[in-house]
Amino acid sequence: MADVKKHDTPMVDDLKSGPWPSFADDIEQKGLNGKQACLDLLGQLELSYKHKETHWKHGGIVGVFGYGGGVIGRYSDSPEQFPAIAHFHTVRVNQPASKFYTSAFLRKLCEIWDHRGSGMTNFHGSTGDMVLLGTTTDQLEPIFFDLTHQMGADLGGSGSNLRTPSCCVGKARCEWACIDTQDICYNLTMTYQDELHRPAFPYKFKFKVSGCPNDCVAAIARSDCAIIGTWRDDIRIDQEAVKAYVGGELKPNAGAHSDRDWGPFDIQKEVIDLCPANCMWMEDGELKIDNRECTRCMHCINVMPEALRPGTDTGATILVGAKAPILEGAQLATLAIPFIKLNKDDDYENLKDFVDKCWDWWMEEGKNRERFGELIQRQSLQEFIRRAELKPIPQMVKEPRSNPYVFWSEDEVPGGWKRDVKEFRARHAA
Amino acid sequence: MDNTNIAELLAKPYDPELAEKLYDPKKPMENRITDIGPPHYEQFFPPIIKKNYGKWKSHEIIQPGVIKYVSETGDVCYAVRCGSARLITTDTIREICEIADKYCEGYVRWTTRNNVEFHVTDEETLKALLDDLKGRKYPGGSYKFPVGGTGAGITNIVHTQGWVHCHTPAIDASGVVKAVMDELFDYFGSHKLPAQVRIALACCLNMCGAVHCSDIAILGIHRKPPLVEDERITGVCEIPLAVAACPLGAIKPATVEINGEKKKTVRVNENRCMFCGNCYTMCPAMPLADGEGDGIAILVGGKISNRLSAPKFSKLVIPYIPNEPPRWPSAVKAVKNILEKYAEGANKYERVGEWAERIGWERFFEVCDIPFTEKSIDDYRLAYDTYRTTTQFKWTVHTD
Repeated sequence: MADVKKHDTPMVDDLKSGPWPSFADDIEQKGLNGKQACLDLLGQLELSYKHKETHWKHGGIVGVFGYGGGVIGRYSDSPEQFPAIAHFHTVRVNQPASKFYTSAFLRKLCEIWDHRGSGMTNFHGSTGDMVLLGTTTDQLEPIFFDLTHQMGADLGGSGSNLRTPSCCVGKARCEWACIDTQDICYNLTMTYQDELHRPAFPYKFKFKVSGCPNDCVAAIARSDCAIIGTWRDDIRIDQEAVKAYVGGELKPNAGAHSDRDWGPFDIQKEVIDLCPANCMWMEDGELKIDNRECTRCMHCINVMPEALRPGTDTGATILVGAKAPILEGAQLATLAIPFIKLNKDDDYENLKDFVDKCWDWWMEEGKNRERFGELIQRQSLQEFIRRAELKPIPQMVKEPRSNPYVFWSEDEVPGGWKRDVKEFRARHAA
Repeated sequence: MDNTNIAELLAKPYDPELAEKLYDPKKPMENRITDIGPPHYEQFFPPIIKKNYGKWKSHEIIQPGVIKYVSETGDVCYAVRCGSARLITTDTIREICEIADKYCEGYVRWTTRNNVEFHVTDEETLKALLDDLKGRKYPGGSYKFPVGGTGAGITNIVHTQGWVHCHTPAIDASGVVKAVMDELFDYFGSHKLPAQVRIALACCLNMCGAVHCSDIAILGIHRKPPLVEDERITGVCEIPLAVAACPLGAIKPATVEINGEKKKTVRVNENRCMFCGNCYTMCPAMPLADGEGDGIAILVGGKISNRLSAPKFSKLVIPYIPNEPPRWPSAVKAVKNILEKYAEGANKYERVGEWAERIGWERFFEVCDIPFTEKSIDDYRLAYDTYRTTTQFKWTVHTD
């Protein structure tokens, strides 16, 4: 055993048993192999289990020269007991789109991190970065130089800047991807490197790109600008495969329900009757869809992937303003653009035009720590529509307003608002 | 610097002294490479993925954790999905590399929910890979790479950092996740639920884990108002920012006398505090954490997918469960109870929230035997939208 000291951690040790992968065991092994920081981390965690309180101090501004994000300062409040984690900063490394890796890349990262940090990581952070947990201030520049010079990697976002964009697996491995999620994600990331590294926004801003309305990266719940693939022509139908599902030769929902007996597949009950738009029916043994009525929820396609596929006139629906509760309450993203063609060939110019208009408004009017969705709430969806130069359409709301308090503007009313009270009183005695 | 082809760069051995040679603190811009962005994704695609990009035709989950993809070209690819603790060391990453080298030509992928995915193209390699993964355990007996996380089951719990590495948490993250997943392990490797159930954990209201749209959300909450360190506050934060941080206007500037000296500070109207913690985020001299006060709230019925019903928020059904490290038995029991009641009562394809809406939330509380308290009634922004304004309701234990 290397020259390391294991703390007495009975509660943390209890988490080594049980079938689910044990972080405690993994970290302890790493510690016993020579990383005191790992053992100190478990020691401090034990102290937290005892006190039921965290033992990490509040923040501290650290970073690399020229960047305003990507590194988060972290200090232990018990450095005498746990000196190896006294300074324990986080480094966010921008992941490759959709998180495919080669072992050569990962090994290089491991070598850097064993040499310059704690050897502990989050694969991945909530926003998508490779998160390196725990290093000292003097190692930050060397880590950055190692990342850029020796593995072609760069830091991700933190603070009031563009956060690292992320996307689903997309066309790499999914037949439902209506847009090239990786390319869009990569293109936006490269276009907005300055915004990603140098905070100039009122608060964080997130892009997330999902290939279809199943939304596997939770764009609609978590991103200020959600780019979600969709289509506007007809769902492609293979009637022979429909018959195979009805006849029981194909498993519904790609086998997702295989460990329970739900009875034989019933296309009427499981697909047609559940369709939220009621736009499907069987006719002479064939499945029919009134595509103009379809809202593209993906259910029928999910249930019968061999038989049904999204159409081929594909693009994206853009929704804006999602966020977690801090501060004005959680928001789901609001529909801004029902359909936009996204072309690699023109560098996604139309999407970026829209983004620029959103940012112009937000950077001009947004308050400190106000998310984009909160600005829309504060100044109204109408103001957003005006500033983004969109057309108000019924798709943007669940239902029309029920109160009559409309902000008419003066130029909408014949004769304007300048009136003479004497003339009014000439017609109406006071 | 071209990050579309880093193969040459990666082929060179790591030089642990290079950075010190290149970086000169007196000339920080010298040799500095900036704004290169992430390496281009395509160079990390396994050959089968690269060849069939945009050509995939359909897929089938041939067993829990193993998805077979078929391409228009006739090619076949199997993805093997494994759980992971997310908080992993470089030793575990190296082991993943070793597996990738042995079975997958050196390629590997992570999912949005922190699962690891290995890709193989023939059944023989698939079988060998599955056998190999099954045998890999940490010394304490836990699986390193449990296979599952597909279909109508439970996949990995998206979570935050908790006491392991965060300054604002009300609960731990990794420990709670481990305890919950140990208990629900069987559902990770099987397809016996009515639909997929997405569990997420956030260790405070900042919700780095974005749990607000999850089938079952485990959320760390504070219940004591912030302390105010009068002696320290002006040194570590701007008073106006601390005042402005409170969404309810409960923080006001104040002046106190310390050792005969007047000092600017703040006072908190404690009865107006909703324990969001935003003040502490803005001001380190206003800590909230408290071993007795903090704990877990359980929210259920959220979803992200647009499938069938629209995406929806999770709703608060259990306002407080105390912190019980290391295994959080009460929280684990509460989560399991909701999951099992859902599994018994929901229709095929129905998510937790869709089930609760179909049977009615009053019935949900009855079926799950969860006491309904005033804490589940909204009193923040837009609360009125959640009040019931119809004579239609169900008779339950609450009306008997």
